Amino acid sequence: MTQTVFAPWDDPNEKPLIRFQNVTKRFGAFTAIDDLTLDIFEREFFALLGPSGCGKTTMMRMLAGFETPSAGTIELAGQDIAAVPPNKRAVNMMFQSYALFPHLSVYDNIAFGLRRDNMPKADLDARVAEMLKLTRLEKFARRKPHQISGGQRQRVALARSLAKAPKLLLLDEPLGALDAKLRQATQFELMDIQEKTGTTFVIVTHDQEEAMTVASRVAVMDEGRVMQVATPERIYEAPDSVYVADFIGDVNIVSGTARPAGDGMFHVSWADGAAPFAAASERVFSDGQACHLAIRPEKIAISEERPPGADNAVTGKVLDIAYLGNLSTYHVELPGGQIIKAQTANTRRISRRSFTWEDPVWVSWTATAGVLLDQ
Amino acid sequence: MMRLSWFNVTSLTLGFAFLYLPMVILIIYSFNESKLVTVWAGFSTKWYGELLRNEAFLDAAWVTIKVAVLSSTFATVLGTMAAYVLVRGGRFLGRTVFSGMIYAPLVMPEVITGLSLLLLFIGIGLDRGVITIVLAHTTFSMCYVSVVVSSRLMTFDRSLEEAALDLGCSSFDAFRLVTLPIIAPAVISGWLLAFTLSLDDLVIASFTAGPAATTLPIKIFSAVRLGVSPEINALSTIMIGIVTIGVISASLVSKRNSLRQQREEQAAARAA
Repeated sequence: MTQTVFAPWDDPNEKPLIRFQNVTKRFGAFTAIDDLTLDIFEREFFALLGPSGCGKTTMMRMLAGFETPSAGTIELAGQDIAAVPPNKRAVNMMFQSYALFPHLSVYDNIAFGLRRDNMPKADLDARVAEMLKLTRLEKFARRKPHQISGGQRQRVALARSLAKAPKLLLLDEPLGALDAKLRQATQFELMDIQEKTGTTFVIVTHDQEEAMTVASRVAVMDEGRVMQVATPERIYEAPDSVYVADFIGDVNIVSGTARPAGDGMFHVSWADGAAPFAAASERVFSDGQACHLAIRPEKIAISEERPPGADNAVTGKVLDIAYLGNLSTYHVELPGGQIIKAQTANTRRISRRSFTWEDPVWVSWTATAGVLLDQ
Repeated sequence: MMRLSWFNVTSLTLGFAFLYLPMVILIIYSFNESKLVTVWAGFSTKWYGELLRNEAFLDAAWVTIKVAVLSSTFATVLGTMAAYVLVRGGRFLGRTVFSGMIYAPLVMPEVITGLSLLLLFIGIGLDRGVITIVLAHTTFSMCYVSVVVSSRLMTFDRSLEEAALDLGCSSFDAFRLVTLPIIAPAVISGWLLAFTLSLDDLVIASFTAGPAATTLPIKIFSAVRLGVSPEINALSTIMIGIVTIGVISASLVSKRNSLRQQREEQAAARAA
């Protein structure tokens, strides 16, 4: 039996739930969103990831109806939503500050949206009970928001925004106020709830780990533009720009010039007199074109002797060792001054480390370990 | 407990003596047997009895309370609306001018406010009485209400209103169901402030009051010009008593509420 992979973005017949078309948003002279085009599909868990001020929150607020685009159109299920006010949209939002109504109980907070639709009392009770069960808040229904903990407040906010069964749920940094342990647990809970309810989630976050964990696809944003939209795996393993490679995780960037070596192979000259690095690339470079080789530290091996048969191997000396418990990252300085980070998993308890500061070592990686980028 | 130095003790004593000595003397003399205010002739409560039989004072007190309740209610409605528009209305044409103008009456000499209102009432031919005093008091106390309410609105988390809109409220419903209940304490203290300002006011009331209606401050002021009578001491003592009870109970209630809130928050944090 083959498992069907959830990838509506690869299916040309699939209609997107949300379609940003050449959307621009300006605040006075400041351009928050710059000619942005993006499709988000039904049942997706879509993450907008970027540093603060990159425009991700503005995009979310345009979806909720609190901002209108200066140019371009936003379609929800095929309809232009520019003229629809926030209270008439089948979109609900979970706010970063949770925005729970302090004067209402947990129950009344969750029931708030349903009461606006004049839902009959019996249906309303059933729906709120269902939401309380989904978020495991049954015991707290009568409490006021200040009488529950931060994690519980977060769940109330989620329950309230899901109660109206929106087509689209927006989550603005939903886990920002939780501590690290609780955040991890809640990430899985969110994915679980998203799967159970089948709602399309769009999450805004600046935490790349969070985006990678929860999302089906990630849009990496910078200064109002989308740099890359892809699955977490592709974003990590096949970034299409130095910005994306650098923003997600740790990376070594070696700049140089490319020379085609045939069969999808290129030689990267990175320093005068040093042997060029070999790198496989789908992207084609002309002879002498400037390029950047991006290699993740965990794909670089570190050894005492030159490993036989390695595609790329250079010698250097250990400059720094960052011990992270499960991993150690070695900063190795190459003769030209370039620093290469190599990461090893600490599979054995550290009683005696093979390398220490100032040791001469070899770093090596395969031709397919890195990605060759033009910008 | 920290011990106070002699300097702090002295300044504390001086400060409080300065504030409260006159009132203490007034209260003591309100229980004076003698008709002469400055001569002590033994303890008596007879002036309180006299006061209750004085129709003119009772009428004035009734007018004062009526005016204070009506004007502070109108001022609260208008002041809250003004504050909401000025804080939330975004940038509309002339917003700065409007917000400056709403605060101007705070620094305007009362005599000028009173005189201009008097001219207006004469101009439109409105007979001076309870209505004119209510209008005048509403005018000047709504600025105070709007200052109190807008300072609360400034710190109000705007996402609460957005959440209400997001969940299907119209703007008016969002105000009625979310904003107003949350800013209610500020609205109430605005009302109380307007109420005390109205009780207190002599200058503006004396411009806008007519022969048909006199407020207590006007009555006391005109009575004092004929000489301070022990009756007025008694009346003042009653007013001091009411104010003291009001202030103490309000602070006790708010202290108890904040303690309870703190306890519940701690309990929630522990349970997590």
